[in-house]
Amino acid sequence: MEKNLEDIFQDKIDREIRIEPKDWMPEKYRQTLIRQISQHAHSEIVGMLPEGNWITRAPSLRRKSILLAKVQDEAGHGLYLYSAAETLGITRDEMYEQLHSGRAKYSSIFNYPTLSWADMGAIGWLVDGAAIMNQVPLCRASFGPYARAMVRVCKEESFHQRQGFEILLTLSRGNEAQKNMAQDALNRWWWPSIMMFGPTDDESPNTIQSMRWKIKRFTNDELRQKFVDICADQVKILGLTLPDKDLTWNETRGHYDFGPINWDEFWQVVSGNGPCNRDRLNARKKAWEDGAWVREAASAYAEKKKSEQKVA
Amino acid sequence: MNKEWPLWEIFIRSRQGLDHKHVGSLHAADAQMAIENARDVYTRRMEGVSIWVVESKHIHASNPTEAGELYDPANDKAYRHPTFYDLPDEVKHM
Repeated sequence: MEKNLEDIFQDKIDREIRIEPKDWMPEKYRQTLIRQISQHAHSEIVGMLPEGNWITRAPSLRRKSILLAKVQDEAGHGLYLYSAAETLGITRDEMYEQLHSGRAKYSSIFNYPTLSWADMGAIGWLVDGAAIMNQVPLCRASFGPYARAMVRVCKEESFHQRQGFEILLTLSRGNEAQKNMAQDALNRWWWPSIMMFGPTDDESPNTIQSMRWKIKRFTNDELRQKFVDICADQVKILGLTLPDKDLTWNETRGHYDFGPINWDEFWQVVSGNGPCNRDRLNARKKAWEDGAWVREAASAYAEKKKSEQKVA
Repeated sequence: MNKEWPLWEIFIRSRQGLDHKHVGSLHAADAQMAIENARDVYTRRMEGVSIWVVESKHIHASNPTEAGELYDPANDKAYRHPTFYDLPDEVKHM
């Protein structure tokens, strides 16, 4: 019987029929999605922190309004994704608990510090650019609520990347110090950004199953290569360089070759030893704990109003 | 750990004249807060002119495993569609 259900399920996937929350699904499919969607949600929420750092110091009112809107979008994206994960049977509080206890991961890119204003440009262009590259295929993910959330996210995300590129473009056309600031930001953000696509295909054992279930549509290395190709061209418009001396166009492959990625660094950051891991988690925990009285007060107020209505 | 705020399903009318459409869900302590949060979460880019919120526990849904029996009465009733009827070409605009 079990086998039969699994065949029916895979057949639906193969025919591009979306899976909805109440449909039968293999337990591993459910668990894979819960892990992936909640990590994605956590990344949006933690991802507000490095940029929040610069809201009060944005160089103009225009830039401040834009950055505020972007950070607000990220809060929204986190909420879309948490809701999508909840349809699979995990509660919001369970997900928060997993984040706060360190059991759940989030994108390791957010464990790097934002040292200058140019970092807002580099994050928009590179970090959001890499995120979009990952997210666009997820709009066709086999699980309906996830795909629908991603459609919404992708629609909103494209201004994030454009505003980042515009920041870098402005700096690159500025004075020497501004240009150096932009270059310095690229030097620090480039490698962590291309690590965002995750381990290489031969180190990524779950990819095959995720592709069979049509959660993933492309492998990590495919997406990474696409991203490198696009950035290697766009950086020329900025008149800046990417910090990789091996970055060269390969005529036979039709792609840019790039240098070796420092996977030691990647795994160090993933396992909690990046420059800001502790700060980020502490900030989230503090926000959760400091907000406890607000949550309780709102619940108490709602209860009180309900009982008043019953009396009246 | 405290009790979670209840979950609400959010429906948005994107333009006057169109119907409300389900857009997602969120947590809120009461209906008023659900509407205010829905404004911030689902209409940041003028996606709506009206919001409905319904506590998720009040939604009753059909069971997908019974979809076959539930919808099969419609399967053999092609005569409910206008294309079922063969009319001469001279009959225009019908």
